[in-house]
Amino acid sequence: MTPVLDVRGLAFAYPDGHQALFGVDLHVHRGERVALLGPNGAGKTTLVLHLNGILAAGAGTVAVSGLPVTKDNIPEIRRRVGIVFQDPDDQLFMGTVRQDVAFGPANLGLKGDELEACVQRALEQVGMAEYADRPPHHLSFGQRRRVAVATVLAMEPEILVLDEPSSNLDPASRRELVDILRTLDVTVLMVTHDLPYALELCPRSVVLSDGNVVADGSTYDVLTDDTLMRAHRLELPFGFDPRTVGPAPAVG
Amino acid sequence: MGSPHGHKLHFHGHSPIHRAPAHLKLLALVGFVLVVVATPKDWFAAYAAYLAVIVGVVAISKVPPTYILKRMVVELPFVVFALLLPFVAQGPRTEVLGLSLSESGLLAAWGLLAKGTLGVLASLTLAATTEPQELLVGLERLHLPHLLVQIMGFMVRYLDVVTSEMQRMKVARESRGFTARNPRHWPVLARSAGALFIRSYERGERVHLAMLSRGYTGRMPRR
Repeated sequence: MTPVLDVRGLAFAYPDGHQALFGVDLHVHRGERVALLGPNGAGKTTLVLHLNGILAAGAGTVAVSGLPVTKDNIPEIRRRVGIVFQDPDDQLFMGTVRQDVAFGPANLGLKGDELEACVQRALEQVGMAEYADRPPHHLSFGQRRRVAVATVLAMEPEILVLDEPSSNLDPASRRELVDILRTLDVTVLMVTHDLPYALELCPRSVVLSDGNVVADGSTYDVLTDDTLMRAHRLELPFGFDPRTVGPAPAVG
Repeated sequence: MGSPHGHKLHFHGHSPIHRAPAHLKLLALVGFVLVVVATPKDWFAAYAAYLAVIVGVVAISKVPPTYILKRMVVELPFVVFALLLPFVAQGPRTEVLGLSLSESGLLAAWGLLAKGTLGVLASLTLAATTEPQELLVGLERLHLPHLLVQIMGFMVRYLDVVTSEMQRMKVARESRGFTARNPRHWPVLARSAGALFIRSYERGERVHLAMLSRGYTGRMPRR
């Protein structure tokens, strides 16, 4: 089966010469929820920006459901890969929630009733339908994060890429987001420092360190491998022990 | 952040004035201001009539007059300038309360004050009865170039974000014992302004990135 996400030997250096990725291999299959872990500066964001062609690979290839990320394929790639950025204020820039959610599908050429239905569906998926006519800056941070997820869901992506989805959320909002993400029938790649969150949501984890994939396995095994964790500046929060929590339930 | 309804200038209500289509209100405002500006300074009765119109509109809109009066402080610089005019203008002079004032200056000051006040009153009334979003829709219906409307939309959207960022920077400065009291402190304020500018610029880039990620190709989708 063709993986949803197929990254092979991806290397990239920024124009200032700083090399961020050294031959990254990553495969994500349909229906998987994968956490991308790694310390600050490991190259996680750089990797994410390659997935929808914002950055162009220095070497190696990226393909989404068999379609290579090249200049000609960019519009279709950006439909297939939905990125939810860390700060919802960056993602929500229109006057109302409805316009914001409509922005993506409208760029894909949807119009009228079809567009309206698509927006409604996306907002219902994240439980924000009743806020459709509110300006985004009047919502709470947790609500804005959910709308940001909806803006991407409206494009019916094949893979949802979340950049630090739990950052700045209070525990209740974190819980609500977990519940929402669990109900979605979509492949998820989640970039995070929040290891308990990764264990809760993602059966599989990939660890990126200094531009290399250094581990790829079940989240439980990664988090309980003390040598690996120490070697790559990954630390569990105080009082949290994955061994007492156990592995996350399988997807489905 | 922010109240559930509207902007700082907006007063939530359901009067006929609130419900009127934004583009009609905009046209009415522009028409009103043009007429006021074109009226000769010495048609005092006309100015009384204009004021009556605004007072009438405010009464119908049920916006408390004090709400609008408080926001009139934006006019203050013009008032100061108008008050200076009778002292500095040339021409025949007249005695008022023992001061020698220029007659033409007095009339010019009156004109500036009356026209300015009426204009500010009318604009505040529009702002108090119309959500910024509706204003944008109104401007679009009046066929203002799409690009300009979009720029204004971004401004409305990010005004609160940038002001709250500025507020947080101020709190952080003051938490470290800094309050701007005299010009020697201005360099610090200038650096803060610079930092705010760079942050906003970078946010602009991130917003653009997020737009590209959702298939933006340089044109806003039309609906």
